[in-house]
Amino acid sequence: MNRRLRTHTLACMLAGLFGTGAQAAELLVNVEIPRLDVAEYHRPYVAIWLESQDRQTVRDVAVWYEREKPKAEGQKWLKDLRQWWRISGRNQDAPADGVSGATRAAGKHTLRLEDTATALKDLPPGHYTIAVEAAREKGGRELLRLPLKWPPQQPGAATVTGSHELGAVSLTTRP
Amino acid sequence: MKSLIAPLLLTLGLSAPFLAQAHDAWILPSSTVLSGDEAWVTVDAAVGNDKFYFDHRPMALNGLQIKDPAGKDIAAQNAFSGAVRSGFDIHLTTDGTYRIAVVNHGAMATWKEDGKPRRWFGPLENLADKVPARAEGLQVQERLSRVETFVTKGKPSQLDRIDRGLALTPAAHPNDLVAGEKTGFTLTLDGKPLPDAEIEIVPEGSRYRDQLNAITAKTDDKGSIQVTWPAAGRYWLHAQASDTVTSVAQADKRTLSYSATLEVLPQ
Repeated sequence: MNRRLRTHTLACMLAGLFGTGAQAAELLVNVEIPRLDVAEYHRPYVAIWLESQDRQTVRDVAVWYEREKPKAEGQKWLKDLRQWWRISGRNQDAPADGVSGATRAAGKHTLRLEDTATALKDLPPGHYTIAVEAAREKGGRELLRLPLKWPPQQPGAATVTGSHELGAVSLTTRP
Repeated sequence: MKSLIAPLLLTLGLSAPFLAQAHDAWILPSSTVLSGDEAWVTVDAAVGNDKFYFDHRPMALNGLQIKDPAGKDIAAQNAFSGAVRSGFDIHLTTDGTYRIAVVNHGAMATWKEDGKPRRWFGPLENLADKVPARAEGLQVQERLSRVETFVTKGKPSQLDRIDRGLALTPAAHPNDLVAGEKTGFTLTLDGKPLPDAEIEIVPEGSRYRDQLNAITAKTDDKGSIQVTWPAAGRYWLHAQASDTVTSVAQADKRTLSYSATLEVLPQ
């Protein structure tokens, strides 16, 4: 909480310094985890990341997995987030460190990222992709990608809908 | 009847190098891409015609070499040899790529003793003991084979070049193969690129289709081939060669073979 407050204050100070106004560009990522009628349901592991077109820049936005399991047992299944593991996770010394959280229940989840968020901070202007991948124990795996132009010049939105492990996934950007 | 058998044996003896190559060998890991603090893989090893089906013989594990990501030898655990396959487990305790290989360096000799054909296979060091220095029709062939696979926990690590025998240097990492993507390989013989050599790549699952669907390619003048993976799954890659570079005076010919099990993941 303290750290967040500090970052926020610093961002406001910088904004004031350069006279860019109080409003920072922001990105909303909405992810719907569908409610599934299956005999044995486990919440999916989900990875959300940003990648440049050549994948030279890859930044994690969030990784939801069973972080709380003893002996880091949850990490054993991180590789089932197949593309995330290949593109991002396995290239890190401590995969998902700093962006991970517990698995989430079925429903709609929104992540709000200001341009000072780790995934967006000092990001060179350009065309990117936001990828959302979900993998479920005794279930399937799905990967969706949405285009992102950053920083946004005007408000924008993009939506894609998954077919089994993900519901609607959308991006909203505000300059 | 006897007179018939003798020429038959002779024929068999002469064609022994081809006979010995008639069955393929493979080692098959339970996973190739892993995450977590520590992990286990179990590996099957067998000899037979149908890739990844255990329907002939177990593979002898005498030549098993497991290198951890630092290049250090580690021991297999729970090794066994069954009727149609052998197997072992590997405990992966550090991040990086493990190279699992069965390397056999031996000789094959054929000769005649009292007019009867004799044949011997074995490790190079036993050659002098088991095969007469001089004999009628004596032919000695050195044989070097490598059957291998790769497993990575965490971040893939660099693989050392293999300086002896046939081997493959993938331009991409062997645990970073994805359906629809193209991978370049360089085939090397004693560490040097081998041009104009045939490489055969067989996808798993032949039991459930009518054709082998093997991919064959010839290495270019730099010893390289390009493969675009048609689908996810395990593939058996194979190459062979022969030359006269022998390490024992008795042998005038060397035959080499290489095979690798590669796993291609879906997009």
